[in-house]
Amino acid sequence: MNTTPPEPAPITPFAVRDCALLTLSTGVGAENLKEFHEGLQRVPESSIYHHFWGRLLRPQFDEPEYSNDFASWAYHHLREKALAERLSTVDPTEFDTLETLRQELLEVVEQALDENPVVPWLRAEQPFAFVRSQIIVFDSGQRFATPREMAESMARLPLGAVYYHFIDARRRTENRRDDLSVWVDSWGPDYTSLCDALRSLDPYFSSLKEIRRMLASTFARFFDLPGESEDLEGAPPGAVFGPRRRRRA
Amino acid sequence: MTPGILESYAAVAGEDVVDHLRQLAAPLAGTRVVHVSSTREGGGVAEILRKLIPLTRALGLEASWEVIAGTPDFYRFTKSLHNGLQGKGVPLPQNLLREYENVNAENAETLRGALNDADFVFVHDPQPAALLSHFPDRKGRWIWRCHIDVQRPHRPTWRYLRQWVALYDASIFSLPEFVQPLPHPQFLVPPSIDPLSEKNIELSPEEVADVRTRFGLNPELPLVVQVSRFDRFKDPLGVIAAYRLVKRHTRLQLVLAGGGATDDPEGDAVLTEVRDAAQDDPDIHVLLLPPDAHRTVNALQRAADIVLQKSLREGFGLTVAEAMWKGKPVIGGDTGGIRLQVIQHYTGFLVRTPEGAALRMRYLLHRRDVLESMGERARRFVWENFLITRHLREYLAIMLGLRAGQTEWIEVGW
Repeated sequence: MNTTPPEPAPITPFAVRDCALLTLSTGVGAENLKEFHEGLQRVPESSIYHHFWGRLLRPQFDEPEYSNDFASWAYHHLREKALAERLSTVDPTEFDTLETLRQELLEVVEQALDENPVVPWLRAEQPFAFVRSQIIVFDSGQRFATPREMAESMARLPLGAVYYHFIDARRRTENRRDDLSVWVDSWGPDYTSLCDALRSLDPYFSSLKEIRRMLASTFARFFDLPGESEDLEGAPPGAVFGPRRRRRA
Repeated sequence: MTPGILESYAAVAGEDVVDHLRQLAAPLAGTRVVHVSSTREGGGVAEILRKLIPLTRALGLEASWEVIAGTPDFYRFTKSLHNGLQGKGVPLPQNLLREYENVNAENAETLRGALNDADFVFVHDPQPAALLSHFPDRKGRWIWRCHIDVQRPHRPTWRYLRQWVALYDASIFSLPEFVQPLPHPQFLVPPSIDPLSEKNIELSPEEVADVRTRFGLNPELPLVVQVSRFDRFKDPLGVIAAYRLVKRHTRLQLVLAGGGATDDPEGDAVLTEVRDAAQDDPDIHVLLLPPDAHRTVNALQRAADIVLQKSLREGFGLTVAEAMWKGKPVIGGDTGGIRLQVIQHYTGFLVRTPEGAALRMRYLLHRRDVLESMGERARRFVWENFLITRHLREYLAIMLGLRAGQTEWIEVGW
């Protein structure tokens, strides 16, 4: 068992890792906006990260209405629509560190506290519970020898692998880049346009399924592959929930 | 050749899911894991452990399950403790506190051999929580697993229990809202159902029809079912009230089916209240089922058009996931773990009153297309999130995490 993230090595086959999150309480909760403001100041950075990105691995049926848990709580349980809109437009990809992201969130909340003297004490319908997560990384058994192989399998990549390589990679790699474009980049200038296209994808407003679809179509355009509509997670195989495809070599 | 237990689960949950379990279990091979609970029959905890133990063993760990023995006073007190943790103010008389502590002390001696040298001990719910204080030389890590909705506990009750629970190395709650301040890591793990248990396996239409016949149910009339212990927090009287509101418009049948748990002494009183409320309505069927009537419960859930779980408080509500696994939309109380399973307008409806339950029942009974599409989504939702394989994955990860010292990163399989 390893407990430190590895750096991807160039040109070696791309090893697909799958992942799952194990969530833990931070012990910090909020019944109103005042408590939420206090909690936001003292929770670990990993909690801020979880409420922006970890939510993508939670079950969901459609595109999220708000793109982080804070905004969603403000709308659904605090009934503060203006605050929900402002929190939802805080884009974590625009901040170099989680600490500066936290400061931006605090700024938005402080504005709401200043604007309405009643809001800070309004009791939320359900409290906000700050949580954090541990990431558990698995070997999927899948290997890509070339970018084309990666392209051909992209539409079937497990959602945990999409999260691990395209989202989580940005916080554990140098230059905060995703694993896919870093690996493709190592194949030289022939792939520069593909790398640029991958890097220009904005994951913040999408579900993992949508991110996977965007990745698959970006690869497909570059290699001129036919579009693929198969969605493994969307349609559990077999009439009585038979086995999922075995991916391990 | 008969498939092994892991192969059987791979066929239902997916081979990659079982492959992840194998990867997590490899570094834990030979680890001694003991689960301790208060009953081997009845209730969700026993149902989970019944399959979790053999699955864990099949992955190469030495897993076992111990059950504490109590007295009538002990169970009366732990039922009060349970109610208090769910927010109902209860007296905590000194003699019963002593009884709780004495029973735990006696069980500690009985179980000393099994628990003292175990690598991990999972103690389920409040009944055996005080065991740990009798193991000052314990070798392994002890984890308290809370299955109860403790979002707003009766404070004196929590204060009493906290003195025992705070000593553990970690605790596990079903939802973040349930977590209470404790000086150790608190993991969040929703419970799960076993898709291969008697309660959840596929049944033939003939077997479902036989159960309908056995209980005098009319196959031509809509059927609404609530399966749960006869407990006031499950609101069986609210369910009857909702049924009566619907019956003004649509004739239907209601089944309230419950078994007794050996650690629940209040069940008889609530059952009497329910029978009184049902009066002589021939379309209300109050069924007291033995704790091993799993196939009957399975058939009743499959026979239902809609399943209710109108709880007022609920740690998780395994019956919700069971019904959803059978492709049924669920109308559930807007509380606790039911919120995690019933996604409004997708897998069912969350309600707060009998009127709300009645409204949603009428809607679904008149919109069969919605009822069916919700049922399909509900089944898929359980397949992705609430099968026992996910539950075991998280227990294995917790053991690895505690052993590694609370790292944010755990990589296996390389």
